[in-house]
Amino acid sequence: MMSNQSSIRSGRPVQVIRAIVKHSLFIPCAFLIILILINLFINPGFLKITMGSDSNGNPVLIGNLINIMNNATELVILAIGMTFVTASSRGQDISVGATVAIAGGVVMRVLCGSETQPSTLHAPILVALLLGCLAGMACGAFNGFLVSKFNIQPMIATLILFTAGRSIASFAMGGLKPKAVESFGYYGNFIPGFPIPTPILITIVIIILTAIALRKTNLGLYTRAVGVNAQSSSMNGLNPAMIKFMTYIVLGFCVGIAGFIQSSRVQTVNPYTIVPSIEMDVILAVALGGNSLGGGKFNMTGSIVGAYTIQTLTSMLTTLNVNTNAVPVFKAAIIVVLVVIQAPVFKSFFKSRKDALKADSNKDKERDSYVVE
Amino acid sequence: MSSNNAPRTATRRLLPKNLLNRGKMTDTSFLLTITITLFIAIYALAVIFLGDKGFGKIQMLFNLFNENSALIVIACGLSIVMVTGSIDISVGGSTALICTACIVCLNNYGFNFLTSLLLALAIGLTFGIVQGFLIAYIEIQPFIVTLAGMFLGRGLVALIEVNQIQVANKAFEALSGKRIEIPFLGDVNKKGIFIQSKLEYGVIVALIIVAIIFFLLKRTSLGRSFYAVGGNPQSALMLGINVRRTRFIAHVLCGLLAGIGGFLYLFHTRSGSVQQATGLEMDAIAASIIGGTLLTGGVGNIIGTLFGVLTSGTVLLIVTAIGSQDPWWPQITRAGMLCFFIILQSVICSRKKKTN
Repeated sequence: MMSNQSSIRSGRPVQVIRAIVKHSLFIPCAFLIILILINLFINPGFLKITMGSDSNGNPVLIGNLINIMNNATELVILAIGMTFVTASSRGQDISVGATVAIAGGVVMRVLCGSETQPSTLHAPILVALLLGCLAGMACGAFNGFLVSKFNIQPMIATLILFTAGRSIASFAMGGLKPKAVESFGYYGNFIPGFPIPTPILITIVIIILTAIALRKTNLGLYTRAVGVNAQSSSMNGLNPAMIKFMTYIVLGFCVGIAGFIQSSRVQTVNPYTIVPSIEMDVILAVALGGNSLGGGKFNMTGSIVGAYTIQTLTSMLTTLNVNTNAVPVFKAAIIVVLVVIQAPVFKSFFKSRKDALKADSNKDKERDSYVVE
Repeated sequence: MSSNNAPRTATRRLLPKNLLNRGKMTDTSFLLTITITLFIAIYALAVIFLGDKGFGKIQMLFNLFNENSALIVIACGLSIVMVTGSIDISVGGSTALICTACIVCLNNYGFNFLTSLLLALAIGLTFGIVQGFLIAYIEIQPFIVTLAGMFLGRGLVALIEVNQIQVANKAFEALSGKRIEIPFLGDVNKKGIFIQSKLEYGVIVALIIVAIIFFLLKRTSLGRSFYAVGGNPQSALMLGINVRRTRFIAHVLCGLLAGIGGFLYLFHTRSGSVQQATGLEMDAIAASIIGGTLLTGGVGNIIGTLFGVLTSGTVLLIVTAIGSQDPWWPQITRAGMLCFFIILQSVICSRKKKTN
């Protein structure tokens, strides 16, 4: 920001552009804008938001943007947790999809008991939410314990739940696929009489909570410190293992919320198909947000913008009639390109070439700027 | 929080790491002994307690090989990659892709056995080369690259064919239905008739590959350099080993073996779908870990991997034989086993560090 303003004052457009390009939010924002432009090209009414009414006559907002924001809820919430985990433990949790299934399964089991189509809820929804979050946090604790206590690479440690999670969810639900009463659907759809989808409101609450946690507590600072250099942070009196463990608990809490919303959307959970390949989306959102997947510094705003960008991409591909199972192809390609661009080898290769070119064209002029840099 | 704890952990970290040449062989043989003992113990227990559920038959042992021939080959590839300190979780995805692509070509484009085998190898090699290049030369975390590879593989399956498909090629089916009858070995069935034990051709291929990889790792300079790179890349570089090329070759080999394994999988199942071979990567990694390959790299043994596959296969057979009808137990058992061995390894490693 600072460099941005100063360059505007000096009035040199090239520098302004350079400052914008160098800004950490440039890649996700540019990507989002390009996607929206492509969407506008496909469908000129893409940005239109209208007031409609659902089958019961309640007012609801209708529009592509609302849909995207609504569907991105789980992704945004998980991306927030994943950013912490990535920053502190220098690796990603690939079990999020499976653990969302577990949390959702627990929520359904608590609400429906052993009936497939109960006429009333077996427990208050708040209890279900709490138990769902607890289940998510237990999974996070398991992963975090393996990572922080036994020093196992995060992706290996989470591979265990990645494979077993959906089976555990099926086990937790007793092999049933219960359907809860309609009133449980308020949290994944609309509260009657209120036009904005509830998941969007939940997302806003979570984002505000995260912002407060980052501003008012040392969570962000400690996470960064541990991720940048665990050894020196422990010499400064931090306990790196504890902080890594904490970040996994935070992710587990996010998983619990996501599982709750997801189960509320259709008031049922199929553990084997719920949130398919979301782990890929979440990692992609974090990478797209300008975060290094190798840990250390992080940029929460970037992750959130990245998550919305990914959802825009997904819904665009769905509009283009791409099979749901084939969508990961594009995402896999994008993530590889992004990671390659981030890679130090790639950067230094291009930097050295650029430097060589510059040095050839005007040696004296550039020498000063090298000194400054 | 724990300021008195901090300096101690710091000094522990500053201790010199396990050097290459110290205690490696004992490590390998120690872990190998554990694995083989474990397999024999589990199988013996199964024969004693579940003998009436088929474990007493000799055919059961051969079935164990028949079912797991593809996994043996794929696990060999993963062991090589893990010895160099890297990992590959795309093998399940590439197996699914190989199955579907080969079936489509066999059914619709008049491919025969040989051309479909070539196609399978080409797919496996492509995965290996691209991933190996990104990991070794661009230095991206192997997990990210191969995770993308995994989703890419499954996604491409959906682009080719969304539904489950079967091989409808008479010649291929006839070939894959053939069995080798083992002389003098067999079981007597209920009617008192002697039935010879049968073995699939895939098992022979798998065992030959195990032998080749064993020789490669033990006796060739390439194999030794895999261990050197995995144990300590810095000192490997000082020994004059081309670390990047070694890593690259490891991934290419893993891709090639995944191609062969995928073809064996197709040969055994004769069907393909998007959800096929889910969790295969985990099985292969688990087999390698059970067989004594360290996740940190530098330690590993192909014979151990073979026994790792057999051990996990036996445990799964036991879980099904105990008669749990619930579909979730096999997967949970697998994960539990993987968890147990990962923790065991981590404990052994940290102990060794302490004693050094």
